[in-house]
Amino acid sequence: MSDHELPILKVDKLSKRYGNRLAVDDVSFDLWPGEVLAVVGESGSGKTTLLNCVSARLEPDHGQVSFRTRHEGTVNVYRLSQAARRLLSRTDWGYVHQNPVDGLRMDVSAGANVGERLMALGERHYGRIRQEAVQWLTRVEMQEDRIDESPITFSGGMRQRLQIARNLVTQPRLVFMDEPTSGLDVSVQAKLLDLLRNLTQQLHLAAIVVTHDLAVARLLAHRMLVMKDGRIVEQGLTDQLLDDPQHPYTQLLVSSVLQP
Amino acid sequence: MYVAVKGGERAIANSHVLLAGARRGDLSTPELSIAQIEQQLRLAVDRVMTEGSVYDRELAALAIKQAAGDTVEAIFLLRAYRATLPRFGYTEAINTVAMRVRRRISATFKDLPGGQVLGPTYDYTQRLLDFTLAAEGAPVPEAQENASSPNKPFVSVMELLGQEGLIEPELPSAGDPPPGDWTREPPSFPASRAERLQNLARGDEGYLLAMGYSTQRGYANNHPFAGEIRFGTVELEMVPEELGFPIVIGEIELTECQMVNQFTGSKTAPPQFTRGYGLAFGHSERKAMAMSLVDRALRAEELGEAIVAPAQMQEFVLSHSDNLESSGFVQHLKLPHYVDFQSELELVRKMRAKHVSDEGQAA
Amino acid sequence: MNARTELGTPATTESGYNFAYLDERTKRMIRRAILKAVAIPGYQVPFGSREMPLPYGWGTGGIQITASIIGADDVLKVIDQGADDTVNAVNIRRFFQRTTGVATTDRTTEATLIQTRHRIPETPLQAHQIMIYQVPIPEPLAKLEPREAETKMMHGLSEYGLMHVKLYEDIARYGHIVTTYDYPVMVDDRYLMSPSPIPKFDNPKMNMNPALQLFGAGREKRIYAVPPYTKVESLGFEDHPFEVQRWSHHCALCGAGESFLDEVITDDAGGRMFLCSDTDYCGQRRTEQKLP
Repeated sequence: MSDHELPILKVDKLSKRYGNRLAVDDVSFDLWPGEVLAVVGESGSGKTTLLNCVSARLEPDHGQVSFRTRHEGTVNVYRLSQAARRLLSRTDWGYVHQNPVDGLRMDVSAGANVGERLMALGERHYGRIRQEAVQWLTRVEMQEDRIDESPITFSGGMRQRLQIARNLVTQPRLVFMDEPTSGLDVSVQAKLLDLLRNLTQQLHLAAIVVTHDLAVARLLAHRMLVMKDGRIVEQGLTDQLLDDPQHPYTQLLVSSVLQP
Repeated sequence: MYVAVKGGERAIANSHVLLAGARRGDLSTPELSIAQIEQQLRLAVDRVMTEGSVYDRELAALAIKQAAGDTVEAIFLLRAYRATLPRFGYTEAINTVAMRVRRRISATFKDLPGGQVLGPTYDYTQRLLDFTLAAEGAPVPEAQENASSPNKPFVSVMELLGQEGLIEPELPSAGDPPPGDWTREPPSFPASRAERLQNLARGDEGYLLAMGYSTQRGYANNHPFAGEIRFGTVELEMVPEELGFPIVIGEIELTECQMVNQFTGSKTAPPQFTRGYGLAFGHSERKAMAMSLVDRALRAEELGEAIVAPAQMQEFVLSHSDNLESSGFVQHLKLPHYVDFQSELELVRKMRAKHVSDEGQAA
Repeated sequence: MNARTELGTPATTESGYNFAYLDERTKRMIRRAILKAVAIPGYQVPFGSREMPLPYGWGTGGIQITASIIGADDVLKVIDQGADDTVNAVNIRRFFQRTTGVATTDRTTEATLIQTRHRIPETPLQAHQIMIYQVPIPEPLAKLEPREAETKMMHGLSEYGLMHVKLYEDIARYGHIVTTYDYPVMVDDRYLMSPSPIPKFDNPKMNMNPALQLFGAGREKRIYAVPPYTKVESLGFEDHPFEVQRWSHHCALCGAGESFLDEVITDDAGGRMFLCSDTDYCGQRRTEQKLP
C-alpha cells in the first residue's frame, strides 16, 4: 500500500481522568500523512490534554495511540520503551509550545537551539550542524546572521519561528502544535500562520493544531474536531464544518466568533 | 623560593601548634572544663548533639572545647566520630505524648489540659546585657516548682484537634516501611517523608531558619500556627533479642514542634488542617520550629500544591541543608587550584591575544 | 590491594580506631560499590558515604576508596595538583600513615595506590597500580541540568545531546572549545563521565590505561570507575577535535617540554617561571640529568 492509503496516526478510545473529572472522554480519530487537523474548543474542553496524551507527554488512562513509523511499521506509542518513545519525539515528531520559552533553550544561541536535535542523534561535525541551522533559519524566514544570538534578544514572533526551525531540523512527519500563534500580535500571527501553511504543504507534514481560534483552524487545517467536556461533538472538513455547523455547540462557537 | 610555594609537613605541624595555642588563649585564665561547657553552655551542646546526630552531652562538650566554640566545627568533630561507631540496634519509636514536660506551649489555644508551661525560656526576657553575670559567684534564684500535676503526661494539642477530625491523622505510609537512613544509604529523589525529616533534623539550623522564614514571607504560603511546642524528657526503649519485650535503656531530652497549617482540601481530601513536624535533641526550639515549617513546605507535592518556591523543592532543600557538606565544599576553595587555574590562565591569555589581533585587523 | 583487614585485625597505629579508620562493614559496603562501578565503566554508583575526619570537598570520596582497599603491604602515594608536598596531600598522607602505618612514597613507579586531586602523573601507570581520584562534582551534566532526577534519565537513555550543545556554543562564541579542565569524556562508548577537575592535558592518559582508575565523590556520595584498558574518549567535533594545552615554555628546573607546567610568580615585578606540576617527574628528570 502506498503512503497515502494508511493513516500515519490512529487514536483509539482515548480517556484521561483528573480526579472525578474526565478531561478526555473516549476520543478516537485518524490522521493521514500530510493532513493538518485542528482541535478546537473553549478552554477546559480537554483539547490540550488530548494533545498531550496523543503526543506521548501524558499517559492516558485508557485507549491507544498508534503511529506508523518510517521503517518499523506501525507501533503502539505507549508500548514503546521510554527510550524509543523519547527518540521518536525528537526525530519523527515535533512539538511546538504555545510559549516558545517552553520549547527553546533560552541560554544558548539560535544555532545551538536548531542544532540540538542533530547533536542528540550523533551528528559530530560542527560545520554541517551550522549549515543545517542556517538552512532552517532561512526556511522560517529568519536572517541567518542571527544564528549566534540568544533567543532572549528575539521578539515573540522570532522565538516562535526559531522553535519551529528547531523542531523541523530532523524533518519530522508529524508535528503537534499547542496554540502556536495565540501569544502574538495580530499582524505577527498572520505572517506566522502563512509560514506554517507553506511549511506544512512543502514538507508534506501531518499536524495536529490545538487552538481556540477558529480563524487559525480555517487557515491551516484540512479537517477539524470540535471538543466539549472532553468529547468530540463534531468533526469534518474545515470549510464544511465552519460554513454549515450541525451541532448546537459548534453553531454557538462559529456564531460567536465569525459574526461581523 | 620553590619550597615556599609548595606547602609541607613542617607548615602543617607548625599550624597545629599555633592552633592549640589560639584555642587555649591566655594561660593566666583558668582552663574550661568539659563539665562547665556541658552545664553552662547547654544550648550550644544541644545544637551540636542535634546536628552532630549523637546524643552524648560530654562528647558534644568536648567537641565544643576542641573547636574553640565554633559549633559547625564541633558538629563536624562529632559526626566524624559518629561514623566510626558500630550500630548495635534500634530503639522503639519514642512516645513524645508521654514526655516529662519542662516546657509546653500552644499558640492555638489559650488554655488547655495541663496549661501553658513556660519553663526555662528566653522568650519573655528583656534582652538587656546583665552585668551581674560579669561578676562570678552571684547567687542563682530558685524556681518555684510547678504545682499542677507534675510528671503527669500532657495531652497533645494534635490529639484534641484530631478528635474532631480537624487535622489530618498521623498515619504511617502505606505498608509501614522501615524509615530510610541517609547516613547509611545515599539519598535518592524523590525522598520519603521519613528521609526528609531525617535530613532536616540533621540540617543546619541557620539554613532551616532562613528556609522556614521564606515560607512566611510568601515563598510558599503555609499559614502556620504553632500548635504545640514541648520540651522535656522521654524514655528510650529497646527490645533485646534475648528478651523479646521492650526495656527502658535511658532517657533523652527533646524539643518537639507540631505546626498546624491551613489547608483548603483537595480532590481527595476534605478541608482540614495539615501538619508540619520538627524534632531536635535537647532544648532547640528555633531549630524544631524552623524544621516544622520546612517539613510542611516539602509536603507540597503530596498535598497537591503548586511547587513554586525554593522551600518546596526537595532536591534543592535537602541537598543543601547539611553544614558539613556546605561548609566543606565552600571552604575547599582554599585548597590549591594551581592546575585548573593555570589552564584557565592559558586560555584567557590566548583569547585576549586573539581579541587584540582581531581588533588590530579590524582597525 | 591486599585483603588483610578482616575484623579484629590488630593493625591500628592510632588508638581507638580501626585499620584505615573505617570499620570493616563500611569498607565492605564501599568495596561492593567499587565492584559495581568496575562492572559498569563510567556509571556513577551511589554509596553510603560516611563522614570522614577531613572536610567534604577535601577528598573524602578518594579517602574512603583508599581506606577500603588499602592493605598493610600497599605503598601509598598522595598528590594534589601533581605535587606530593602540597598541604592537602601531606595531610591525607599523614592520615593514612596514622591510621594504617603503611609505607608511603613520592615515586610514581613505586606506588601501588595513588590518590590524586586534579592531576594524573606524567610517568605512565602500570597494570598493578590503582589511581584514586578525588571528585568534587561527579555529574558531568550538573552545570547544564542541576536536577538529579533528570540527569539520571539522560544517562539511562544515553541522551547526551545537551553536552554537545555546550561545546557547540563554545565554538560559536569563541571559535574553539573553552573547557580546560574537568573536560567531559565518554567511557566505553556508553557513559558520559567527569574525569574530575584534572586539566584536559591529562585526559588522553585515561584512555586504555593499564591501571585501574577509581573515582570517589564523598559529599555527593558517588563512586565510579574506569577499568584497565578501557576506551576513554574526550568529546569533540570532527572538524573541531579535542586538543590538549601546549606550552611555549620548558620547565625551569628539569627542562621538560612535554609535561604540565605550573606558573610561579617570582618577584613583586611580576617575574615568573614555569615548573613541572608533577614534582616526582621533575625530580626524577633532574636526577637523571644530574641537575640540582
